[in-house]
Amino acid sequence: MPETNLENITTSTGRPLRHEEVVVNVGPQHPATHGVLRLEVVLDGEIVVDVIPHIGYLHRCFEKHAESMNNYQQVVPYVDRMDYCAAMNMDFGYVLAVEKLLGITVPERVEYIRVIMAELQRIASHLIAAGTYGLDIGAWTPFLYMFRERERILDLFEMTCGARLLYNYMWVGGVSHDLPPGFIDKAKDFCSYFRPKVKEYNDLLSYNDIFIRRTANVGVLPADVAIAYGCSGPVLRGSGVDFDIRRDDPYSIYNRFEWQPQIGRGEMGTTGDCWDRYMVRIREMEQSINIVEQALNQIPDGDVFSAIPKRIRPNPGEVYVRTESARGELGFYIVSDGSGSPYRVKGRSPCFSNLSVIPEISRGCMVADLIAIAGSLDIVLGEVDR
Amino acid sequence: MTFQEISDKLKENFKDSILEVKIVSPADSSVKVTSNNWRDIARFLRDDPSLKFDYLMCLSGVDYGKGVLGTVYNIYSMTHKHRVNIKIEVNSDNPEIPTVSDIWPTANWHEREVYDMFGIKFIGHPDLRRILMPDDWEGHPLRKDYQVAEFYRGIKVQY
Amino acid sequence: MENFLRSILDNDFFVYLIIGIIPLFWIIPYALVVIYLERKVSAHMQDRLGPMRTGGWHGWAQTIADMIKLLQKEDIVPAAADKKLHKLAPFIVFIGSYAVYAVIPFSSQYIGSNINLGLLYVVAISSLAVVGILMAGWASNNKWSLLGAMRSVAQIVSYEIPTVLSILVVVMIAGSLNLQDINQMQSGWFWNWFIFKKFPFVFIAFIIYFIASLAETNRTPFDIPEAESELVAGYITEYSGMKFAMFMLSEFVNMFAVSAIAATIFFGGWNSPFGSFMNGPLWGVFWFLTKGMIFVFVQMWLRWTLPRLRVDQLMYVSWKVLTPWAFACIIGVGLWIVL
Repeated sequence: MPETNLENITTSTGRPLRHEEVVVNVGPQHPATHGVLRLEVVLDGEIVVDVIPHIGYLHRCFEKHAESMNNYQQVVPYVDRMDYCAAMNMDFGYVLAVEKLLGITVPERVEYIRVIMAELQRIASHLIAAGTYGLDIGAWTPFLYMFRERERILDLFEMTCGARLLYNYMWVGGVSHDLPPGFIDKAKDFCSYFRPKVKEYNDLLSYNDIFIRRTANVGVLPADVAIAYGCSGPVLRGSGVDFDIRRDDPYSIYNRFEWQPQIGRGEMGTTGDCWDRYMVRIREMEQSINIVEQALNQIPDGDVFSAIPKRIRPNPGEVYVRTESARGELGFYIVSDGSGSPYRVKGRSPCFSNLSVIPEISRGCMVADLIAIAGSLDIVLGEVDR
Repeated sequence: MTFQEISDKLKENFKDSILEVKIVSPADSSVKVTSNNWRDIARFLRDDPSLKFDYLMCLSGVDYGKGVLGTVYNIYSMTHKHRVNIKIEVNSDNPEIPTVSDIWPTANWHEREVYDMFGIKFIGHPDLRRILMPDDWEGHPLRKDYQVAEFYRGIKVQY
Repeated sequence: MENFLRSILDNDFFVYLIIGIIPLFWIIPYALVVIYLERKVSAHMQDRLGPMRTGGWHGWAQTIADMIKLLQKEDIVPAAADKKLHKLAPFIVFIGSYAVYAVIPFSSQYIGSNINLGLLYVVAISSLAVVGILMAGWASNNKWSLLGAMRSVAQIVSYEIPTVLSILVVVMIAGSLNLQDINQMQSGWFWNWFIFKKFPFVFIAFIIYFIASLAETNRTPFDIPEAESELVAGYITEYSGMKFAMFMLSEFVNMFAVSAIAATIFFGGWNSPFGSFMNGPLWGVFWFLTKGMIFVFVQMWLRWTLPRLRVDQLMYVSWKVLTPWAFACIIGVGLWIVL
């Protein structure tokens, strides 16, 4: 047996350990960390004393690649792969940023298609989030029910652009394919099929006594801490902050639809606990269905390819545009030097800031709670590491 | 408040630190400040009642070439719903910028990323280590003059 | 059964050896079937199909394929693990589950050992598994396994108490700890079963016993020790190949043992629910196995429906909910008998 020096054991950041404390690694390969995330946890029995997240296991140098592309359009597949569970939202954010830099507008039909795709993608992403959250808590069945619904959405996407997960669908100035015939009817069928399913999820999981006991009053994130740490999306709204970029900093045509941002009110425990964040996602799915239905009814005809520029050569300048992706505020900061290839593309990922709040809210909880908290923040490591 | 009003307010309080105010459209306008007074400016931006910039949206590093590095702060106010972009430029030989991670805690990880990718040191940061690259990586990848090391711990990097 | 075998063979040792092996003839086919059944039941509850291909018709050969795979897997023992304990642990856990079958009456003619302390023996010997689990967790030299093992020990030991108390309710009514006698007292039509006597106390005792037995067998909602999303696999993490198969086997064997006890003491064991119709030694086996399998099915059903309790909530349920209710049942039944 190798000799261990029992005198000066510290964590990787140099924090010395007391006598009863143990350092355990959750990850990078772990069934519950939603990707390659390493949480270095200092445990005192079952109580978490400190959590130190280590990221970077999925860093793929997207920003450096983007600088070497010849064309702003070529960056779109890279952007897809940032948050692979909500790729349409990633596309949307990037193309809006480049379009603002160029100063172009897109046809009405393109706007409607983009909103429909983004909202369907939001539902699909929340289905993953809620399903895997149930799996973390130990409920095996809702995961499969939610994936069954997700299959229907992926069928719609496959019908349109041929891909199920990474689409390369939204291009600068338009979209890559027009809606195929039959899409609108199939999407309307999906909307009426999906609404009762949310009730099924609520019966099976959301209002289950054991689930409530595991998630209510756990990982409470106060509103001021959330704002200070730059949290966004359901994490911020779950803490009671009424802020949704689609309404408060509007982009595209979201101001033409009637829908409500959902916020957590502490119904089952404290405002800002895991149950609130989870329930915000479930309720947002219902709101997204509202938006999709309204958009399907209002969508005009037109040519979707007319505004795609032949050459993208923006004037020198910079722009920061943010959109509400499924996980929060997705921002793209693009610097152009006047040539055809981007000078600097920075993706501000929502999960990066959401993840940084974990040490703050999980001190003093138990190991099982730590898993519940990490699941409720809904992180996708592709986005955190880029 | 419009960008013009915000930049005017900054100029009247920090005359010496404001280097340049660039107003463009449709791209973003920005204010360039010096780095030595940055913490006071940041605290003023966050605490002044008419500005109340409490939400740091994004903190990016940029390599402007010719030995100049910079950081860009995109800040938003939840109460007044206005935004501002602040830029700081430093020399790439000894890049140092005061940290704002105690003013906006979200900057903690973002500054670590800028340090990792560009090598800009943030004075006063509680835990400045690499965040995306491995801890013992050499070089700062997003600089324009970055050369990939040939071997990392005995593994050939470019294959 | 004993006399029958004695009349064939001369040597007492072989008689008892055969009696001891007979439950194995049930357990091995049962394990093959129940693993397949769990996958099918869980699949249909989750709106999917489960194994469909191995063996052709609805994947019936899936478990056989799994067994062959596990048999030929490399047996990895971690270099820094305590080798003797690491190798011994799966067997001790299996012994703790299998030894219970010595006193379970499969029919009026077959019981492994008709001792007068049957129920006490059941409770005592099933705690042997705790030692095995602690060995597995400790010997793996892995912080996660140790954490899982300690949680499991705490869980099993604290859920013994409601189990014993609810069994005590039945003992008070039956007046005997002998399982074969308890079975014979419930003969006749199904209203003679103990669960309908002294209503509602025995019924509540049954509910308490069922919940506590879910915790004894580490099934959801009490599967903290093997909570996949937290501890990877708890105390089983460092096991591979046949030793892992042994752990899985003992879990299923334990499930049936616990269901068998519930069927025996609450639901009439090998007695037919229709009085003398369809009654007899072989029919007894049929009724007993059916009742046992129904409870195994209910255990599976609960596993796929409910989420998992946290460890301190688990302790809370045991000490502050189940134990007081079990005491209340005992007092209720006691007063009913006396007054």
